[in-house]
Amino acid sequence: MTQPHRLAAGGIVDRSRTLGFSFDGAAYEGHPGDTLASALLANGVHLIGRSFKYHRPRGIVTAGADEPNALVQLAHGARTEPNTRATQQELYHGLVADSQNRWPSLSFDIGALNDVFSPLFPAGFYYKTFMWPPGPRWWLKYEHAIRRAAGLGRAAREPDPDHYQHRFAHCDVLVIGGGPAGLAAAQAAARCGARVMLCDENATFGGSLRGDATLIDGTPAASWVDAGIGDLAANGDVTLLPRTTAFGYYDQNLIGLVERVADHLAEPPPFTPRQRLWHVRAGTVVLASGALERGIAYAGNDRPGTMLAGAAQAYVTCYGVKPGTRAVIFANNDSAYEAAVRLHDAGVSIAAIADARPEAALSGDHPQRARAAGVAILPGTAIVRAHGGLRVAGVDLASLQGGAARRIDCDLVCVSGGWNPAVHLYSQSRGKLRYDDALATFVPDASPQSIVAAGAANGKIDLSAVLANGHDAGLAAAARSGFAARTAQSAPTTAAVSTGPLQALWSVPSRRSAKCFVDWQNDVTVADIALAAREGYRSVEHLKRYTTLGMGTDQGKTANILGLALLAAELGVSIPQVGTTTFRPPYTPVTMGALAGHEVGATLEPTRYSAMHDWHVEHGARMLNAGLWKRPHSYPRPGESEDDAANREAKNVRSNVGAVDVSTLGKIELQGRDVAEFLNRVYINRWDTLAVGRCRYGVMLRDDGMVFDDGTTSRLSTTHYVMTTTTLNAVNVMQHLEYLLQVEWPELEVFATSVTEQWAGAALAGPKARQVLAALVSIDVSNAAFPFLAVGECELIAGGARIPARLFRMSYSGELAYEIHVPVTHGRAMWEAVMAAGEPFGIMPYGTEAMSTLRIEKGHVVIGPEADGRTTADDLGLGKLVSPAKWCIGKPLLARPALTAPERWQLVGLTAIDGTIPRGGKLVADPGQATPTPMLGHVSSWCWSPNLDASIGLALLERGRARHGDTLWAVSPLADARVRVRVGPPCFIDPEGERLRV
Amino acid sequence: MLLIPCPWCGPRNQIEFTYGGDATLKRPPADAPVEAWFEFVYLRDNPCGPHDELWLHSAGCRRWVKVRRDTRTHDILASARPDQALPGGET
Repeated sequence: MTQPHRLAAGGIVDRSRTLGFSFDGAAYEGHPGDTLASALLANGVHLIGRSFKYHRPRGIVTAGADEPNALVQLAHGARTEPNTRATQQELYHGLVADSQNRWPSLSFDIGALNDVFSPLFPAGFYYKTFMWPPGPRWWLKYEHAIRRAAGLGRAAREPDPDHYQHRFAHCDVLVIGGGPAGLAAAQAAARCGARVMLCDENATFGGSLRGDATLIDGTPAASWVDAGIGDLAANGDVTLLPRTTAFGYYDQNLIGLVERVADHLAEPPPFTPRQRLWHVRAGTVVLASGALERGIAYAGNDRPGTMLAGAAQAYVTCYGVKPGTRAVIFANNDSAYEAAVRLHDAGVSIAAIADARPEAALSGDHPQRARAAGVAILPGTAIVRAHGGLRVAGVDLASLQGGAARRIDCDLVCVSGGWNPAVHLYSQSRGKLRYDDALATFVPDASPQSIVAAGAANGKIDLSAVLANGHDAGLAAAARSGFAARTAQSAPTTAAVSTGPLQALWSVPSRRSAKCFVDWQNDVTVADIALAAREGYRSVEHLKRYTTLGMGTDQGKTANILGLALLAAELGVSIPQVGTTTFRPPYTPVTMGALAGHEVGATLEPTRYSAMHDWHVEHGARMLNAGLWKRPHSYPRPGESEDDAANREAKNVRSNVGAVDVSTLGKIELQGRDVAEFLNRVYINRWDTLAVGRCRYGVMLRDDGMVFDDGTTSRLSTTHYVMTTTTLNAVNVMQHLEYLLQVEWPELEVFATSVTEQWAGAALAGPKARQVLAALVSIDVSNAAFPFLAVGECELIAGGARIPARLFRMSYSGELAYEIHVPVTHGRAMWEAVMAAGEPFGIMPYGTEAMSTLRIEKGHVVIGPEADGRTTADDLGLGKLVSPAKWCIGKPLLARPALTAPERWQLVGLTAIDGTIPRGGKLVADPGQATPTPMLGHVSSWCWSPNLDASIGLALLERGRARHGDTLWAVSPLADARVRVRVGPPCFIDPEGERLRV
Repeated sequence: MLLIPCPWCGPRNQIEFTYGGDATLKRPPADAPVEAWFEFVYLRDNPCGPHDELWLHSAGCRRWVKVRRDTRTHDILASARPDQALPGGET
């Protein structure tokens, strides 16, 4: 018979359909509406995994997010996920799950020897045991073995096949939790007209009311939930988010939600994300996250078949599953009696209810009902020990006053030590908590953010109080956003239940060697907490770190209050004096995929393409990244290496003509009356002397005097300039200019507009550049009409079309050169026209590698390698550009003595005497000297110069300008290279600059 | 993530902004002694409590704005255009 423990009726499961699944290779069946845990229980499976440290057999403890033990490895291959809570994972057909932390099998686990030798592994045993021999080497060896023995599931080793979305949303009221309080709050707020979002971590709303028949407003609770959700769904201002966990509460009421869009399916349908991360800005949050039950520590309280009483009740009412056949209930409060009655009504035999409280405290409605049902109630009694191995077989009961224990056989133990409001998000909102003596736990007090706790999360126990509190919270939250009740609204009502007082009980005394678990997931026992207190770990934060209490994937949801209450008892102080550890996001684990969203792989960041990108690719370019841009490195021909291609391209520029795509340069339009004055302030050189139709090279400094960026600025008219920046600094320069214009000098009339994306550019360089250009443009480009550093607007003739263009005569390569800029939509047409016009002259496209070679040959510095943030203009040989006639940014601090000292590193050129200058080489006088060898400087750029047939480089060298002619060594211990180099001026080719002026 | 009230665009997510440092610094006049420049470039207070800062609405209107933020709580207390004073003077 399949599902022998499934009840004939009741709960939210759909018995008309059957879902097949497997656990540890065995096939089982369940129904839609089941979680993996409820389906396993329906099949009588209680043993789910092995514990983290002692490898003890463990079962299902809870029915929700607080589950410490029922963690499984879900699915195989790329979609496998470790540590999945069986209590939250929805069942789907074909689900495959495996137990964790066991070898060779779950029922026979070699690691369980840890349990036998557990006296060797007290709290903090790492710190005590692995201190010798000293040094990190041994620890690394130990750690390897420890990591294998401990731990839970395994992460997937293949790329994640699914995708994840992010969504941003705003609402007046975000209700977290769709149980009775949350539903009452959402309905109240929505009726006021507020925009409401309601999220719940389960697939269906209702929380504790799912499958429940208690009458609310005269209707069975489950029907009341359905009707309420129906009303909310019909309201266009309400967003319902089932399967959605609020995991984090951040500044200014930003709440992170993770929606499990497709985790209830074997794989997401096409075009559907697996999960969706919501960033919700809420006017007010109603925290209706319910309460989490806590256990009581006694010897063997971890045996499979031991469950929190509320969980056992949920399996009966919500899932229609009998979690056992013969149960013992152990409680210190009334709620367990409701569970006992439900179990009894479902046909579970209740062997006894052991209640720590005296008879006088058992006058509440639920104990009375249990008594009426004929259940044996044992006041003043506790479980002192559980029997059984892979499943609980019985318990020893004894009076708390002492006396002999007697054994009762059972296969289910239901424990309730009271309820802790799920205050995690309240605490994350920086809300203060208050210790409530009656509940023996912490409840919300006050938060600086706009959050209202409601229902069980606010310490309300009885359903009628929960509903009323939720309703009031919804009205209050709507009112904070300015929405008043439109009509008289009354809270949903249900019959009030009288409840007796709870009597705090954290642990039952037992033999010292017996294991009474506080934290089921991290195997922290009562004895561990006592040991930590004895050894001086008196702060709750230290206790946590020393014992690992609450540091598992469940973050101690069932354990923390127990642990700190036991610490308080050890220290002889009150629980509020001990306080809580800090609650941090996430409430339950969030996948890395959901956090990353679409910002992975190729969509990690934007990719920028020039208008000529496709041409480059079609012509064999090898593309590389330059910031966000793709740029051609070189254009290798068939059979040609990239280096050979770059050398061919560089040589062709000096002998014929080449063209390079310079669209990526930053371009900023500057317009207004005061542009010249502005440029005088941001560049080191003078700009008030620049005539219309001319351009100039300029260098910008930071306020500390170091070189920031370089480029050219051209004057198109009296009030219109266009600036270029380096590719990588375009954004920073724009931000810098905007800062100066908006914050420092708003009196200057200058408008700065980034036009990097609007203009495509090509540089045409080489002795035959003018001949190519003459056939292309509408203006006279003779040296007389268009001399070096001339600028003009013209038309470029491309086939039959005439493209508006800006022409600049400037040179980076040191050859006769021009830059042509056209509106970006004409970029490819311009480029093709240039290549066609150049064909008779032997034109070749060249990439960044040849461009770099040409500029090294010419001794031009680059922002980054040479201007590395530590160099002044003078260090780079540009000191004479600093105009003495005016102030500019960075100039005042250039006067500091260290920036003018003669021993500063200065730019020089290097030529290898033998061999090749090593990448990243350091300059030393004598490589044979004993280490540490004094470093005189370093190679900043290096290349093979095809025009000089030599290995050359640029370097920053101490007193460099005084060392021209010296011989030094460029060494790279990493590459095991040492090469003799001759120091000289940085410019290797045409130092007089005659070629670019012809 | 902070919610920053841009004086031009209204409340916007922090991810739209770039941090720009201390808004209370005064750029010295061009002829100020090197000591004044040293102080302007290098010396910063690390206030505990309300602090006036510059933020650039870089992925929005590209305007620099003054924002008063409490460094203890991340509460945003006020914002203003750069040429306007925050309420109650500088902090």
